[in-house]
Amino acid sequence: MRELLVTYLRPHRKVLVLIAGLLLIQAIANLYLPSLNADIINNGVVTGDTAYILRVGGLMLLLSILLGLASVVTVYFSARTSMRFGREVRGDIFRHVEGFSLSQMHNFGVPSLITRNTNDVQQLQMLVMVGLTMMVLAPITAIGGIFMATRENLQLSALLIVTVPLMIAVIGYMVFKAVPLFRAMQIKIDRVNGVLRENLAGIRVIRAFVRTSHEEERFAEANADLTDTALKVTRLFALIMPTLMLIMNLTIVATIWFGGHLISDGSMPIGNLFAFQSYIMQILFSVMMAVMTMMMVPRAAASAERIQAVLNAVPEIAEPTTALATPLARVGRIELRDVDFRYPGAQDPVLNDVTFTLEPGTTTAIVGGTGSGKSTLVNLLPRLLDVTQGAVLIDGVDVRDIPLEQLWDLFGLVPQRGFLFGGTIGSNVRFGNPEATDEEVWDALTVAQAREFVDLLPEGLDAEIDQGGVNLSGGQRQRLAIARCLVREPLIYLFDDSFSALDYTTDARLRGALAGRTRDRTVVIVAQRVSTIMDADRIVVLDSGRVVGIGVHDELIESCEAYREIVASQVALEDVR
Amino acid sequence: MSQRTVNAPPPRSHGPMGGGPMGGLAGVSDAKAQDFRGSLKRFAARLRPERIVVVVVIVLAFASVFLAVLGPKLLGNATNIIFDGFVSSRLPAGVTQDEAVAALRASGESDQADMVASMTLTPGEGVDFTALARVLAIVTIVYVLSSILSWGQNYLMAGVTQRTIYRLREEVDAKLGRLPLRYFDASSRGDVLSRVTNDIDNISTTLQQTLTQLITAVLTVVGVLAMMVWISPILALISLLTVPLSFVVTMAIAKRSQPHFIAQWKWTGELNGHVEETFSGHDLVKVFGHRQESIAQFDTANERMYESSFKAQFISGIIQPALTVIANLNYVAIAVIGGLRVASGTMSLGDVQAFIQYSRQFTMPITQIAGVANILQSGIASAERVFELLDEAEESPDDEDDVVLTDITGRIAFEDVSFRYLADTPLIEDFDLDVRPGEIVAIVGPTGAGKTTLVNLLMRFYDVDSGRILIDGVPTMSMSRDNVRRTFGMVLQDTWLFEGTIRENIAYGDATATPEQVEAAARAARVDHFVRTLPDGYETELTEGASNISAGERQLLTIARAFLADPAVLILDEATSSVDTRTEVLIQQAMAALRNDRTSFVIAHRLSTIRNADVIVVLEQGRIVEQGTHERLIEARGAYYQLYRSQFEHPDAATTT
Repeated sequence: MRELLVTYLRPHRKVLVLIAGLLLIQAIANLYLPSLNADIINNGVVTGDTAYILRVGGLMLLLSILLGLASVVTVYFSARTSMRFGREVRGDIFRHVEGFSLSQMHNFGVPSLITRNTNDVQQLQMLVMVGLTMMVLAPITAIGGIFMATRENLQLSALLIVTVPLMIAVIGYMVFKAVPLFRAMQIKIDRVNGVLRENLAGIRVIRAFVRTSHEEERFAEANADLTDTALKVTRLFALIMPTLMLIMNLTIVATIWFGGHLISDGSMPIGNLFAFQSYIMQILFSVMMAVMTMMMVPRAAASAERIQAVLNAVPEIAEPTTALATPLARVGRIELRDVDFRYPGAQDPVLNDVTFTLEPGTTTAIVGGTGSGKSTLVNLLPRLLDVTQGAVLIDGVDVRDIPLEQLWDLFGLVPQRGFLFGGTIGSNVRFGNPEATDEEVWDALTVAQAREFVDLLPEGLDAEIDQGGVNLSGGQRQRLAIARCLVREPLIYLFDDSFSALDYTTDARLRGALAGRTRDRTVVIVAQRVSTIMDADRIVVLDSGRVVGIGVHDELIESCEAYREIVASQVALEDVR
Repeated sequence: MSQRTVNAPPPRSHGPMGGGPMGGLAGVSDAKAQDFRGSLKRFAARLRPERIVVVVVIVLAFASVFLAVLGPKLLGNATNIIFDGFVSSRLPAGVTQDEAVAALRASGESDQADMVASMTLTPGEGVDFTALARVLAIVTIVYVLSSILSWGQNYLMAGVTQRTIYRLREEVDAKLGRLPLRYFDASSRGDVLSRVTNDIDNISTTLQQTLTQLITAVLTVVGVLAMMVWISPILALISLLTVPLSFVVTMAIAKRSQPHFIAQWKWTGELNGHVEETFSGHDLVKVFGHRQESIAQFDTANERMYESSFKAQFISGIIQPALTVIANLNYVAIAVIGGLRVASGTMSLGDVQAFIQYSRQFTMPITQIAGVANILQSGIASAERVFELLDEAEESPDDEDDVVLTDITGRIAFEDVSFRYLADTPLIEDFDLDVRPGEIVAIVGPTGAGKTTLVNLLMRFYDVDSGRILIDGVPTMSMSRDNVRRTFGMVLQDTWLFEGTIRENIAYGDATATPEQVEAAARAARVDHFVRTLPDGYETELTEGASNISAGERQLLTIARAFLADPAVLILDEATSSVDTRTEVLIQQAMAALRNDRTSFVIAHRLSTIRNADVIVVLEQGRIVEQGTHERLIEARGAYYQLYRSQFEHPDAATTT
C-alpha cells in the first residue's frame, strides 16, 4: 500500500504539508479553548472580574471562528487531494490494462479487473480522505491533549496512564475478536448468495426433479448459519460503545475525586479541573477515532495490493519502438513461421511449430477438438497474444513491427462470444465503422442474416441493447457481431467459432451471402461444425497444437485421421450405430 | 422464445453505503422509496413477532438515556462541593457565612460577596470529602447502570434485527419456490438476486442502525434539553438557539451537496459501465481501433466523477466544521454568561460545568438524527423492492385431491391445446398429438423457434390456456405439479449442476439412491470412467456452475442424473456445443441408451433421431407448423422438407463419401 500511496501522493506533497499545517492549527486551537475557559474561572469567576471574563470570552470566540475556517480549508484540500488520487489511479489502471494481452486479461479475470478499477480504488480513495483528516488530527490532538493535560496538572495526568491503554486494549480486543467474525460472515453471505444463484439458475431442473423443498432446506441451513454469525458480530458491537462511554465517564469521576484533593491542598486552581476534563474528553475521543479509522486500513491495504498487482504487470503487447521502413503493402497475405505459443509457466505449448500461409482471396477453415489451439491461433494474428517463438508476418512484415493501430486496421474480428456493447443495434454495428451509412448498416445486417429479426423490432436500428447484449439470444448476438465486422470491410476476416449458435439453415444462408462479400479478402474461419467448413478453400486441422492436416474436405477425408474422426462424430457415426 | 437466454449481470451493490466517516450524510441513497409511509408501516409490521422484545428495548433505552443524562448534573454537584470547600478554606475560620459576606461587601467586593452569599459555606473548613465521595459513588453507579442498560438494549436489538432478517430471507426464498416460471423467464436473474441479497443486507443495516439510534438520539435530545432548562432557563435558551441553527445549517449544506452526490453516483455508474464494457470487449475495442476513443471516453467520465465527488465530499465535509463552530460558539457563550452568573452568585459553578457537558452532548444526537433519516430512506426503498417480490402473483395452488399415478405407461396426449406467452401473440393453437408408450417425438425447427415451449407445457412450468394434456389418460391439471414432474426426466442443454459432490449431483434425481445405484447410473451414462479418473472420484466437489469440469462431462452427469431418476417419460435436448469429438460420441451413446423403451420428447439435432421418430413436430417462430412422420412430411414438401434439405444436405453428402 505504501508504494501506491507514495507514488500517487508525491505530486501533491505541497498540499499535504499545507493540510498538516492546517490540522496542527486546528489541534492547537482546539486544545487552547479549555485552557482559556480555565483562565475565565480562575482569574475571572473566582475574583469576580467581569471585564476579564468578557475579554477572554471574546478571544475564545475569535479562536473558534478561526478554527472553523481552518477546518473548511482542510476539508477542501483533503477532498480534492483524495479524489484526485482516485482519478489518477483509475486512469492509470485503465490505460495499463489496455496494453494487456488476452492471456493477461484471462489471468486477472475481467470481473476482477473491473473490481480493481472501481471498488478497490474507491476503498483506497476513502482511506486517503479519512486519513488526511482523522489519522493526522487524532494523534496531534491526543499528543497535544496529553501535553496540555500534564501542564494543567502533572499528578492528575497520571490517570491517563491507566485510561488510554485501557481504552486501546478494549478496542484492540474487540477488533481482534471482530476481524475473524467479519471474515466468517463474508463467507457465509457468499454461501447464501451462492445457494440463491444456483437456485435461480437451475430453477427448471429443481422443479423438474421436484426438489424445491430440498433446496429450501439447503437455503435455510445457510441462512441460519449466517444469522448465527451475524448475531455474534452485532452483539460484539453492542458492547463497544457502552464500554467506551463507561471508561470515559469513570475517568471523569476519578478526575473530580483526585482533582478535589489537589484543589483542597491548594496545589491546583479550581479552573484547571474544568480544563483537565475537556482534555481527557478530547484525548479519549481522539484515541477512539484513530482506532476506528485504523479499522479501514486492512481492507484498504488488500485493495492496494490488488491494484498494485495490476500496475506491476508489464503489458505484453508493446508498440514497436521503430517506425516501419516502408508502408504496409495491405495485400493480406499472412504467414505463420514455426509459431509456438505457450502460456507463462505452462508445461505444454498450446501451439507447436505451426507453419502455413493464408493467401488473400481464400477462405481458410481451422478445425480441431477443444483445446487444440484454434482460438489461440486466431488471436495471434492481430496480436491479442504474441507468439512465444517463431513469427507471424503480414505482407512480409513481422506483426510485432507494425504500429498497433495500423495492424488492427487490417482486421475484422468476430469473437467466439458475440459480445455486444450497451447502446442500440445501430451503434453496435457502427462500432465496426463509425462512418457507415444506414444503407451500409442494413446491407451488413442482411448479409449477416440479422435483417429478419431487426426488421421485426419496432425501433429497428434504434432498438436498445443491454450491456453485453443480454436481451438477445445467442444466435442474434452472433449475427450482429458478424454485421459489425462486415460493415468494416476489412482486409482480413477472422471468424472465431462465430456460427456455433446459429442453426444449420441460417449458418448455410449466411455463408452463402458472405462468400460474395469476402471474395478478394483473406478469411479465417474457426469452426466445430463440418457443414460450416466443408466449402472452405483450405482446411487446417489442428490436434493438440500441431497441424496434422492441410487440404480440402475430400482430400482430408482420405488422408487425415483426425479430420475423419471429427466428421464421423458429427455425421456418420450415429447412422453406423 | 420461451427460455430467455439471460446471462445474469453481476449483482450490483447500491454503492458504498455509509462508507466514510460522514456515512450518514454521504450515503444519500440514489433510490427513493415510492410509497415511503406505506412501506414503512408494512416494514414495521414485520417486527410484530418481536414486539415484546422491542418494548423491552425501548424501556431499556429510556432508562439508559435517563441515567446518562443525569450524570453531568450529579457531577456538577460534586464540583459544587469542591468549589464550596475551596472558597470556604479561603475565608477566615470561626466567622459565619453572613459575617464573611458582610466583610467582603465592606471591602468593596460586592460581586464576590453575592457569590459567597449564594453558596453553602462553613468558613475555614476545606472540601467535604465524605459528601464528595457519596456523590461520586452515586455517579459511578449511575454511569455503570447506564452502560449496562445501553449494552442490554443493543444486545437485544441485535437479536431482533437478525431474527427479523432471517425470517424475511426465509419468506423470500419460500416465495421464490411458489413463483411461476413465467416470473423467472420475464425478469432478469441479476435483479431477482439483487433483491434477495443486496436489498435484504441493506434492510438489515438499516434496522440495526436506525431503531436504537433514533430512540436514543431523540431521548437524549429531550433529556438534555430538560436538564438544561432545569439548571438555567437563560442558558438553555441560548443553547436552544443553536439547535435550529445546527439543523438549518446541516440541511442547507446537505441539500447543496445532494445534486453532487447524485452526479457522483451517476458518473460512478457510467464509469463502471464503461470499464466493464471495455474490459469485457477488450479484443474488440483493440482490433476495431477504438482504443483511443475508449480512453477518451473513460477520461471524460473519470474527470466528471472526480469533479462531482470532490464537490460532494467537500460540501458535505463542511457540515462537521460548521457544527463545530456552532458548538464552540455555544460553548463560549455558556462559559462567558455562566462565568458572569457565577460571579454574581445567581448560578453555581457546578451547574455551569454540567451545562457545558450537556451542550457537548447535544450536537451528536442531532447529526445522528439527520443521518438516520437518510439511512431509513434507502432502507425503505430496499424493503419496497423486496415487498414487490413478495407481492408477485403465485402459481395457482395444486388441486386438493390430486390424482397420483402409479406404473405410468407413458402415454401422452395433447387435446386441443392452445397456449401463448403474450396475450396478443398466438403460439400454439388447437394442437393435438397422441403419443403411445415408448414412442419418440422429435421436435425440430430453426434456432429460436420455441422448441422449449412444448417442454414448458409438458412439465407444467407453464399452464395451457385451453385444452388439456393427459398422462395415461389423466389430465395433468388434475395432478399436482410435483406429480406431473415426477413422471418426466429432463436432460437440457443448460447443464445445471449444483455445488456439491458428483455423487450428490447424480443422486439429485433420487435422494434415497445407494452408492451402487449411483455408480450404475454413471456407467449407463458413460461417465463412470471419467469420474474414476478424478483424484476424489465420486466425492469430487463441483464448484458453483461446475466450472471445474468440461461442458461435455457436465452433460454426461446430467444424463446419469436422469438415469437414476428412472422416469416414465423423457425430455431430451440433443444439442451439444463446444464439446470435443470423443465426449460427443459418449453423449450420443448415453442419450440413446437413456431413450431406450421410454416415451421420449427429443429436441432433435441428429438425423438418426429424426428418422426414427414416430412423430416429428415442426416449429417455426414459436408455432407448430407441421406434424407427422419423416416420410409423410418429406412428401408434403412443406416447412419440414425445406428445413431438412438445408440442414442435412451436407452431412448426407458426407456420409456417402
